[in-house]
Amino acid sequence: MKKLFALAIVVCILMAGCTDIKSRSTGVYMLLDTSGTYAVELNKAQKILNYLLGVLAPGDTLAVARIDTGSFSEKDIISKVTFDERPSVANNQKRAFMQQVESFVTTVQGSPYTDISGGILQAIEYLNEAESGKKYILIFSDLKEELAKGYKRDIPFQLPEYHVIALNVTKLRGDNIDPKEYLARVEDWRSKVENGGGEWGMINDLERLDNIFAN
Amino acid sequence: MTFANMLNITSSPALSILIWIVLFLLALYFARRPFHQVIMSFSKIIRNALRLSAASVLSAEKRLALRNREVLMAAGLENAERKVEREFDRIAAAVTRDLEGYPNVHRQLSEVIVKLDEDYTSSADVPPSLPNWMPIIESIAKIEHSGDSMVANMLAEINRSLTEQNKKAIEDYRNSTAARHGILNKMMPFWRKVQRSLDSITGSIDNIKNRAKTVDRSMNEYEKIRAGSDAAARALSTSALTQFAIAGLVLLIAIGGAIINFNLIALPMSEMVGGASYIGPFKTSDVAGLVIILVELTMGLFLMESLRITRLFPIIGAMDDKMRHRMIIITFTLLAILAGVESALAFMRDRIAHDMEMLRQTLAGAEQMGLPPSIIPTVGQMVLGFILPFALAFVAIPLEMFVTSSRTVLGAGAAWLLRMFAFLLRLLGNIGFYLGRFIVNVYDLAIFPAIWLEGIIMATKSKKVDLPESAAPEDSHLVEEAADSYDETIQIKEQQE
Repeated sequence: MKKLFALAIVVCILMAGCTDIKSRSTGVYMLLDTSGTYAVELNKAQKILNYLLGVLAPGDTLAVARIDTGSFSEKDIISKVTFDERPSVANNQKRAFMQQVESFVTTVQGSPYTDISGGILQAIEYLNEAESGKKYILIFSDLKEELAKGYKRDIPFQLPEYHVIALNVTKLRGDNIDPKEYLARVEDWRSKVENGGGEWGMINDLERLDNIFAN
Repeated sequence: MTFANMLNITSSPALSILIWIVLFLLALYFARRPFHQVIMSFSKIIRNALRLSAASVLSAEKRLALRNREVLMAAGLENAERKVEREFDRIAAAVTRDLEGYPNVHRQLSEVIVKLDEDYTSSADVPPSLPNWMPIIESIAKIEHSGDSMVANMLAEINRSLTEQNKKAIEDYRNSTAARHGILNKMMPFWRKVQRSLDSITGSIDNIKNRAKTVDRSMNEYEKIRAGSDAAARALSTSALTQFAIAGLVLLIAIGGAIINFNLIALPMSEMVGGASYIGPFKTSDVAGLVIILVELTMGLFLMESLRITRLFPIIGAMDDKMRHRMIIITFTLLAILAGVESALAFMRDRIAHDMEMLRQTLAGAEQMGLPPSIIPTVGQMVLGFILPFALAFVAIPLEMFVTSSRTVLGAGAAWLLRMFAFLLRLLGNIGFYLGRFIVNVYDLAIFPAIWLEGIIMATKSKKVDLPESAAPEDSHLVEEAADSYDETIQIKEQQE
C-alpha cells in the first residue's frame, strides 16, 4: 500500500513537471516602421496584426512596437500582451489589442529617423523575458536604417532560436534605379541576423502570411 | 604471375591455354571427391539443421494448437454454462411467477368449485309439486246440487278457491324453475373462470417445458464440448472468429463515437484547465477530455459488470446482490453526472466557438452576420453530449466479446504463422540440400572430359579384371534422396534429442 502511495506521488510529481506552458508558446514581436516615407504603409501592418491575432493561441505573447529615431526603448512598445490560458479571456484580450493598434495607426506621426537595430535589440530583450518557446521578430519596414547623429548600433545581435522575418520590404526610388541597393540592403540584414544565429525570412506578398509560422 | 605470363609458358599462347586447361581439369578431377564430400556435408548440415528447426517449430505449433483447443473448449464450456445458467434463471423466474400464484389459483378454483357445487345443489331442489287437488275438484264438480243457491254458491266458491290455488301453485312452480335456470346461468362465468385458470396453468407448464427443451439443447452442447469433439471445436472456432469480426466492427463504431465525444469536450476543457499547458506532447485540456471519456467508459464497464451482463471482472459478479445493487446505483449516478457535465461542456463549446467566429469576423473586417445564431445546433450538441456517455457504456459488451474471442483468433493466427515458418524452414532446408547436389553436378559438368576419360579407363579395366559391381567406385554418381516427410523430420528430431 505504501509502495502504491509512493508511486502515485511520483506520478503526480512527474505529471506536474511535465505540465509545460512556456516552451511550447509562441512569442511574436512586431516592429512597425513609422518613418516618413513608410508611415503610409501602416494600414497593411494592421491587417498583418489582425492575422496574427487570429492565429496566436492562448499562452502566446504578442507585442507591437514602433521604429522611430531611438527604438531601443520600452516607450516604443505600442501594445503587448500574453494571452490568457482560457480561450474566452484570450479572445477579449485580442479585441482590446486590436483596438489599441487601431488607435495607434490613426494617430501615428512619422519619425525623422529609422532605428531598426534598436528595435531588434528591444525585441530580443522582451522575448527573452517572455521565455517563449518559439520567438519571432517581424520587421514591417523597407529595411532602410537611418540613425540620428550620435546613436551607435554596431552591436552584434544575439539571435539563437529566433526567426526574423521582414515584411512588406518596399522598393525605394533609388532601388528602382539601381536594384543592387535593394539587394545589398536585404543581404546586409540577412547577414546580420544569420551571424547572430537567427533564421532570416522575407515576405512581401501579404497574401502569404501563413509562411510566417511555416518553419 | 600475371595472365600474360601464364600465356607465355610456351611459344604458342593457344598451347599455353590448353596446357593450363588440362592442368586445371586435372586439379579439379583430383579435388573432385573431397569437393563432393564438402558440398554434400555442408548441404546436409543445412538441411538437417533447418529440418530440425522446422520440427521444433512444428512441435511448438502442436503445443500451441493444443493449448488453443483447451482455451477454446474452456471458453465454450463457460459460455454453455452461462447459457444453461441463464435458462435456469428464466425457469426459476417463470416458476416463481407462475407457480408462486398457484395457491391463490388453487384457492380460487376451490371456491369456484364450492360455489358450483352449491349452485348445482340449489338447482337440484325439486320444485314444489302441485297439490293433489284435481281429484278433489273433480269430486266437488261431480256433486249434484239441487238448485239450492246456497249450495251452488258454496260449490262455486270452492271451485274458485281451488282454481286460484291451482294457478298459484303453477306460478310457484314456474318461478322455482326460472330460479333454477337462473342459477344454472350464473354458473357459466364460473365455468369460464375455471377454464381460464386451467388454460393459464397449461400455458405456464408449456413455457416451462419449452425452457426445459432449451436447457436440454444447451446441456447437449455442453456435453459435446466436454467430450472435446472436433465438431464442437470447429463450431466454437467459427463462432469465435465471427464474434471477433463483429465485436471489432462495433468497437470501431464505438471509437468513432468516442472521437466525436472527445471533440465535443476538448475545446471547453481548455476553458477549465487552460489551453496552453501540456502534459508531455499532449495538451492538458485534451488529456482532461480523454480522461473524462475513459472514466465514462470505466463506469459503463462497471455498470455492465454489476448488471451481470459482462464478466470481465469476476469479483464484481461474485458480490452479493445487495452490494451489486449499490454498485449499480453508484455507477449509474456517476455516469449520469458525467453525462450532465458533458452536456454542459457541449453548451460551453458552442458558446466558445461562436465567440471565436465573431472574433475572426471582426479581425477580418467583415460585417456581422445578419441572422442570429440558431439554438438547434446548441441543443443538438447538448443532447449528443448527454447521450454519448450512456451509449459508450454499452461498449463493455463488444469489448468482452473482443477480448474473449481475440485469444482464440490470436492463438489460431500464431499457430498459422508457426506452420508457415516451419514450412519455410523445411523449404530452405530442401533448397540448401538440392543446391548442394546442383553444385556437385555443375562441378562434374565442368570436368566432364576427365570423367569421360575415367569412364573409358574404368571400362577397359573392368573388361580386363571384371571387377565385382560392389567394388565399383560410387563417387561418380551422387544420389541422396531427401527424407522430407513430417514423420521423418520428427524422427530426426527425436534422434537429435
